[in-house]
Amino acid sequence: MAENEKKTAVGEDIVLEVRNLVKWFPIKAGFIKRTVGNVRAVDGVSFKIRRGETMGLVGESGCGKSTCGRTILRLLEKTSGDIIFNGQDISLLSKEELRKIRPQMQIVFQDPYSSLSPRLPIGEIIGEAVREHEIVPKEEYEDYITRVMAVCGLPEYYKERYPHEFSGGQRQRICIARALALSPEFIVCDEPVSALDVSIQAQIINLLKQLQDEFNLTYLFISHDLSVVEHISDSVGVMYLGTMVEYAPTEKIFANPLNPYTKALFSAIPVPDPDVQINRIILEGSIPSPANPPAGCKFHTRCAHCMEVCKYAVPEWHEVEPEHFCACHLYNTPAMQDAAYKVMHEAKEKEAVSQKGKK
Amino acid sequence: MLKYITKRLIYSAIILVFVMFLIYVLMYNMPSGYIETKARELASRPGATKSYTEWLSDLNAQYGMDKGVVEGYFVWVGNAVRGNWGDSWVWTIPVTEEFHNTVWFSFILGLISFIFEIIIAIPLGIVAARKQYSFADYFTTVFAMVSISLPTFFLATVLKYVFSVKLGWFDISGMQGRYYGTLSPFGKFLDVAHHFVLPSITLIVLSIGGLMRYTRTNMLEVLNSDYIRTARAKGVPEKTVINHHAFRNTMIPLITTLGGSLPGLFSGALITETLFAIRGIGFASYNSMVQADIPFTMFYLAFISILTLLGNLISDLLYGVVDPRVRLS
Repeated sequence: MAENEKKTAVGEDIVLEVRNLVKWFPIKAGFIKRTVGNVRAVDGVSFKIRRGETMGLVGESGCGKSTCGRTILRLLEKTSGDIIFNGQDISLLSKEELRKIRPQMQIVFQDPYSSLSPRLPIGEIIGEAVREHEIVPKEEYEDYITRVMAVCGLPEYYKERYPHEFSGGQRQRICIARALALSPEFIVCDEPVSALDVSIQAQIINLLKQLQDEFNLTYLFISHDLSVVEHISDSVGVMYLGTMVEYAPTEKIFANPLNPYTKALFSAIPVPDPDVQINRIILEGSIPSPANPPAGCKFHTRCAHCMEVCKYAVPEWHEVEPEHFCACHLYNTPAMQDAAYKVMHEAKEKEAVSQKGKK
Repeated sequence: MLKYITKRLIYSAIILVFVMFLIYVLMYNMPSGYIETKARELASRPGATKSYTEWLSDLNAQYGMDKGVVEGYFVWVGNAVRGNWGDSWVWTIPVTEEFHNTVWFSFILGLISFIFEIIIAIPLGIVAARKQYSFADYFTTVFAMVSISLPTFFLATVLKYVFSVKLGWFDISGMQGRYYGTLSPFGKFLDVAHHFVLPSITLIVLSIGGLMRYTRTNMLEVLNSDYIRTARAKGVPEKTVINHHAFRNTMIPLITTLGGSLPGLFSGALITETLFAIRGIGFASYNSMVQADIPFTMFYLAFISILTLLGNLISDLLYGVVDPRVRLS
């Protein structure tokens, strides 16, 4: 009851809220496995997803998109931050409690070849957890599986077959049916189409959209394919080196990207018209190592608009326009600008002192 | 399926004929073979009436070795097919009888160590894989390395020294105790079992390491795959994930290894049997080979070859049972 009141008070139905999510992988070395450093795969990510909507999460390979998705489902344990699912912080749940709510949050992996156990027939892959969690009464079990399969475009006689008998697109349908069978509220789609043929991609994307409408699903759609994200998402978050650099509703972010990184990323979207002149922004250098990210703004090493302050002060995450969030010094409010300069001067002074000390 | 098995059996028979021919050629051409040694011995006896060459041709004729290698081989095959494996030259009894006298000791020893190997090594391998880089993992890894590297004679000697010489729990070697003759049938059984303890431990300790490492490696590979992550995301209990999803997929490579152990059950353990004075087939085959006892060696190796071929066939068929991807339509 209290929960409901909270929802009405906010005026929107948030399925998932992530606050300052951090996932570091320790680097261990030496005989006694001392931790010598951390790979900062996800380094402070925050966002909210409303019920029935899709949030796209884009970024280069290795920027922490998948890690972020897996940490949200606690397939990986977070380092810090809050993951609030339906008003409940799931990072506080015990293993058994977590297992109990697993059906509500599902995942579809990128590679449909390795994500299906080769030893189980399709019916069992889809149905195992349905039995385990008693989603439907025993008598209805077979019917239920058949129905779920039918919704995903899989005929009933596939039940007895094994994964190796299917093509990539069909396997991805099986993965989706598997996730759907648990009647989840929220599905993390971890690059669900990037392993597939382009013609099959469209089928799977449309299937996902259709299922969303039918069952009021909420998706976190992780992808590096911007056209796909634009097609399916209601809002888009852009990640760079473990941090979120920009977040806005899809139309806003595609019409008016703010962050220089987002601009560069979006300029790479191919246009299917040979006469159109594409103004590509080519980024210099390669993505820095997440084990040793640059100080200040993580993007300053490759940014065309890099200023002195970017090298020292971490840009603050704030709402630049209504509903349009960005972390970049270009869009600082005067107060934030002062704070950033203060940080920069302090850092410079420290540097000067340490250099004097050396002399 | 039946067609496949028939085809495989026919291939196996062809392979067997050639394998046995190779062995026959090797045995036939062995320097200072059984007949030559015998001829030299008879010719150098005091009061020998015939010379070495005379004895040689005599004995060759008697033993049926005067026909040339190809004909000799086909005579052997012809007899073998009819179930006549000949008499052992060394033991002067039918080879099947000598085989029967020795093989069961080896089989029991092999079976005991095989069973223990499986029930110890596989769970340990799984534990090591589940808790990768933990203390348990390092401990089992070190143990496995020791187990793989230890020479049989060294381990057997250490065991004898500790348990027989120092503690006096077991006899140092042999298959029967001093009062074996006076015991009741059950007492006799216990007595023999008691003598089999140290040889079994030797074989078990030495065989565990390899299988454990193998299980661990395969299990790790499976545990890191996406479908295990899927199973966890489904909210399947961890126990089911390990037993139902992970271990079943680990079984695929394990089956081949275990299918390959079938001949090992009968081939005996030469060094262990010798050290503990167990009259097993390993020891007997060694003796027959060094003395170039062609009938016995041929029989023994034919037997092992058949088992190896059967073992391969069985593991291929089991593959189909455990892995739907190789199931034959």
